[in-house]
Amino acid sequence: MFYRLSGTYHTTYESDRKLWKIPADRWQVIAVLVLAVAAPFLVSPLYLGSYVLPWVIWSAAALSLTLLMGMAGQLHFGFAAVMAIGAYSSIHLVRFGVPFEIALILSGLIAAGIGTVFGAAALRVKGLYLVMATLAMQYLVDWVVVNVPAISGGAHATLRTPAVSFLFVDVSSLASRYWLALGWAVLLTLFFLNVKRTSFGRALVAIRDKDFAAAVIGVDPFRTKMMAFFTSSFMGGVTGAILAYCYYRAVTPEQFGFDVSIQLVAMVLVGGLGSVIGSYLGAGFVLLAPIFLTNFIAGMAGAGWIPVSQNFLSHLPLIIYGAMIIGFLLFEPLGLAKIYDNIRKYFLVWPFRHAKS
Amino acid sequence: MAYFLELLINGALTGLMYSLAALGFVLIYKSAGVPNLAQGAVVMTAAYVVWIMVSSGVPLWIAIPAGMAVMFAFGLVVERLLLRRMVGQPVIMVVMLTLGLEILLRGLVPGLLGSTPRSLDLGIGFAPVILGDVFINRTYLVGGTIALLLVGASLLFFRTRIGTKLRAVSDDHVSSWAVGISVERAIGISWGLAGVTAVVAGVLWGSAQGVDWTLSMLLFPAVAVVILGGIDSIPGVLVGGILVGVLGSVIPGYLDSYVGGGTRDVVTSLIILLTIMVRPYGIFGREDIERI
Repeated sequence: MFYRLSGTYHTTYESDRKLWKIPADRWQVIAVLVLAVAAPFLVSPLYLGSYVLPWVIWSAAALSLTLLMGMAGQLHFGFAAVMAIGAYSSIHLVRFGVPFEIALILSGLIAAGIGTVFGAAALRVKGLYLVMATLAMQYLVDWVVVNVPAISGGAHATLRTPAVSFLFVDVSSLASRYWLALGWAVLLTLFFLNVKRTSFGRALVAIRDKDFAAAVIGVDPFRTKMMAFFTSSFMGGVTGAILAYCYYRAVTPEQFGFDVSIQLVAMVLVGGLGSVIGSYLGAGFVLLAPIFLTNFIAGMAGAGWIPVSQNFLSHLPLIIYGAMIIGFLLFEPLGLAKIYDNIRKYFLVWPFRHAKS
Repeated sequence: MAYFLELLINGALTGLMYSLAALGFVLIYKSAGVPNLAQGAVVMTAAYVVWIMVSSGVPLWIAIPAGMAVMFAFGLVVERLLLRRMVGQPVIMVVMLTLGLEILLRGLVPGLLGSTPRSLDLGIGFAPVILGDVFINRTYLVGGTIALLLVGASLLFFRTRIGTKLRAVSDDHVSSWAVGISVERAIGISWGLAGVTAVVAGVLWGSAQGVDWTLSMLLFPAVAVVILGGIDSIPGVLVGGILVGVLGSVIPGYLDSYVGGGTRDVVTSLIILLTIMVRPYGIFGREDIERI
């Protein structure tokens, strides 16, 4: 319908190497990008600040995690801790007098350093044991953040982010904070799309599929895994800093707890492992679906249509969230990215049934 | 010295109660190879089930066996509806499924039955047992004893006919099929048994700290216990439990006043991390040799 193709045929290597191989895809990406950039003028500030902005930032976080989990196949259940390291170090660096732009990069490097140390400790093991080791990292980092007053400002203290400017533009209005976050998300997306085409990206995929086999063809498993941890933690650290400056603006340790780590893994899984569009869809779905469904059911309960107690309503987001994870794993393990792909393939050849792509 | 002894004994008893929660984890991992990260929430559900029967007037000695029957059925249903469909999927999928179940139960059960802490009185009493100048928590003493008995009973259980089948299944699924053992049923039974042990854990922990959602946080010490003891070893649960309990009681007992509390989670995390670095299969666990 939109595409009018009976499959994807390439006659040159250039056209096969393109990121968006079909013109319609290119137009879609441009349209989405234009809409995203224009969002502050299209969406009311309330929706921009409480739905669109967190969606963009969490998508960036999901992208960082899916590099590690989807491409390199290394499970990480302590990614919120990595983001916490990035957030706290960026705030302290800026307070120390470091310019914001450099503080962002440095906080990413600090997060990457600490994340890689834990990764190295855990790299002798795989699968379940890696889950447990990163889980332990989450608790350790949480404890250090809470119990060292120099970092968190005390156990129950909130740390306000100082006013900053990014490349001489003041980052305090909602729109400018949104554009900064969007810029970072776009940068990550471009990086992710391109890393799939590099030798590093192919090495990651080889490690994920079978590390012995990768070692046989000359990929050093340990080095590649470390680099995956480093890259992913760097991206996660900067995303944590962006999250602190652009969204929360006052940081408490609870914002980076164990539940947030689980939420990130859920975003990656619901979206589809190792997929870019999946990271965006998954982050949006995990973030927004419980809110909307809860509001919907609360509205029905308020109108007296269904008998639901207040206590049940307050637990409803948790229930929906858990049911969502189970449902996706049982019925669509490849996530929203696969659903999107199915729909796209259907329309690709629309009057006919089967795509050859 | 008395302070140290008190920490030591109470820590060991707490640890034995951790091993109650960990026992279900090991039972499932041993037969199905599934890490059940929902075990904490299952313990919480079991405590709620017993509490709701007791509060509606059922005497305790009926409520506990009835709760065991309910949780056995619950385990069978979870295995049949959720885990059976995940056979052959990568471990991340299974881990995430049990975590999803954990989140679902943590929302559903307190959401339906009320989230304020409920008290579950076993008639143990709260006066501490005094041995010389050492005060021992009476609930922990009873709980620790029951934990010892239960772990012993499960060791004996593995010598019965069904237990032998479970051991065969834990060795090799395909060979078990070949000699006519129903692997599906064995795995289902192990899930049911995990539900039964969860009732004991839930009742004892519920009487110690009240029945509410925080019971599901037993997962973290339970994971430390199984990692340290060996993820597929029943005696490991006992030894790991005592070690985790003692370390998690003695070290915070001396350090908490200097560093501002919460050291217990750090000790637990460090136990997990160090075990994984030094001896990933735990003290008694079977070392997996990966074949190419």
